Amino acid sequence: MIATKNLRFSYDEEHYFTFPDIVVSKKGHLLILGDSGVGKTTFLHLLAGLLKPGAGEIKIGDTDIARLSHRKLDKFRGRHIGIVFQKAQFIRALTVEENLLLIQNLSGTGQDKKRVREILERLHIGHKAAEKVSNLSEGQKQRVSIAAALVNNPDVILTDEPTSSLDDKNCAVVTELLKEQAAQTNASLVVITHDHRLASQFSNSIRL
Amino acid sequence: MNIYRLGIKNALANPLSTVLSVLLLLLSIGLISLMFQVTRQLDNKLEKNIRGIDMVVGAKGSPLQLVLSSVLHIDVPTGNIRLKEAERLSRNRLVKKAIPVSYGDNYKGYRILGTDKDFLRLYKTELAVGSVWEKPFEVVLGATVADKLQLSVGSTFSGSHGLMENSAEAHDHHPFMVVGILKPSNSVTDQLIICNLESVWMVHDHGHEAEAAEEDHEHHGEEEHHHEVHDAHDEREITALLVQFRNPMAMVTLPRTINENTNMQAALPNYEIERLSNLLSAGSKAITLIAVVIMLVSGISIFVNLYKAVRERKYEMALLRTYGASRIQLLRSVMVEGLLIGITGFIAGILLSRLGIYVLGGFIEDSYKYTLGDAGIMKEEVFLFIFTILLTIFATILAAVPVFYLNVSKILAGDD
Repeated sequence: MIATKNLRFSYDEEHYFTFPDIVVSKKGHLLILGDSGVGKTTFLHLLAGLLKPGAGEIKIGDTDIARLSHRKLDKFRGRHIGIVFQKAQFIRALTVEENLLLIQNLSGTGQDKKRVREILERLHIGHKAAEKVSNLSEGQKQRVSIAAALVNNPDVILTDEPTSSLDDKNCAVVTELLKEQAAQTNASLVVITHDHRLASQFSNSIRL
Repeated sequence: MNIYRLGIKNALANPLSTVLSVLLLLLSIGLISLMFQVTRQLDNKLEKNIRGIDMVVGAKGSPLQLVLSSVLHIDVPTGNIRLKEAERLSRNRLVKKAIPVSYGDNYKGYRILGTDKDFLRLYKTELAVGSVWEKPFEVVLGATVADKLQLSVGSTFSGSHGLMENSAEAHDHHPFMVVGILKPSNSVTDQLIICNLESVWMVHDHGHEAEAAEEDHEHHGEEEHHHEVHDAHDEREITALLVQFRNPMAMVTLPRTINENTNMQAALPNYEIERLSNLLSAGSKAITLIAVVIMLVSGISIFVNLYKAVRERKYEMALLRTYGASRIQLLRSVMVEGLLIGITGFIAGILLSRLGIYVLGGFIEDSYKYTLGDAGIMKEEVFLFIFTILLTIFATILAAVPVFYLNVSKILAGDD
């Protein structure tokens, strides 16, 4: 589960963002809607521990990640947080499978080829395991980036604009896929987007 | 898959710039190591060849030429000196030992040297098979000669006039017979055909010898000739006299006395070789300097390539950070990439220098009948390795500085 309290962040002295408190239970979903410039990506990066809040707390499980040192935060993020970025990006020198194995390795939980295979199969890209990521189509790339977020069995999955470049049909497919995979991994799912089409697919949503 | 293998994969994913860096490095390492090897081998060889010879006396001319021809056996002699004069000098109380050498013929480019048995003792040679000569026209072969010309004990051959291979004038009347072969000594004896002085004199005594051979049995002919040699002692000539001093005082007085009072010339091999080394070292220093400059350029090339790669992979680095990689882990990944270039370049460079020695050795052997040995890894090369690695690490750390200032959030948000 993930919960925030009194979160506040500022890039400079005069302007600062305040964020609403959120609580997402294990296997729960939350849609965070917001227009451009209201601090959506900033909020996501705070939740992911990529930015340090000016004030407030962010609890993932029992850990307040706002209090962790840089090094511990890096390891914690690798092990407990899966992130699906706006544009799918990978290590170009490696194949799909090697990318996922490296992610497992960096989280410090050890490598499990079976788990990698299983996730790729689940996302119907098992046959692309030995391909370089640059040889994949956009849709396949997005599936790989979902696989990358899932591969370490995270407690929380954060996604940034996962559907912005998709048509209505594929938008629904990806949303279902995310929900389904999060459920199978027992993770909380947080989707941050400006895409209003998603509002109908989530029972639980807030606006920034 | 781990962060180290990622470094290797990254290096391989960018083959052009990796190969360029490796090439520059191998070129500089190859040149430097080749210089080390050649300089040391030549120094060793020269030192070994002049050891025990304090002074060489020969006909007037260039002292360096005298040393090169009579001690190192690579140049033509300055001329001949009279045996009588040489023997007078041998009896000087400052002279401990004097070894006459005389030549003028070759067999397939290998010099036929007439001398006495002290010459073999001077170079501490040992026989591999057979025995030392006892009579004229019996020869002992250096190890290289026996090996290259495929001669063994009992083989006979005729020398040809002059010191160059394929001279038209052959001395067919006087076949030489091999009676012994020396063990390799890594000195001049390896490339010489050695016999007694009489053989050399007799070969050039055309008229008498031809008659003698026709008139009598071979054996008798030789004995008769031996007497003739004694009779004609006054006119006998040798090429040079190798001298060992009894005490260091001789060094001061003897060469001057000879140069001023006789029509012979005295040269000090140590002094002449040092002069030669100084001349050569200017050349090798210039080459080494060029190699060091190439090495610095290769260091810069490693830096530039890695720096560019790190900047290009900024997004990948940021991703790795979100997956839990620490800054130090990213640095290690780049370090592996750099060290891969450094170590590959070094090994390839050492291989290049060995190939260079092989090619150069063949060339030197063809023109001077000098063989370059096969030296193992030198101490200097170990230092060179350490220096290469330090240079690579330094270049890599400089290139990897941006890793420490990576603003993960900003890069991932697409602002940077």
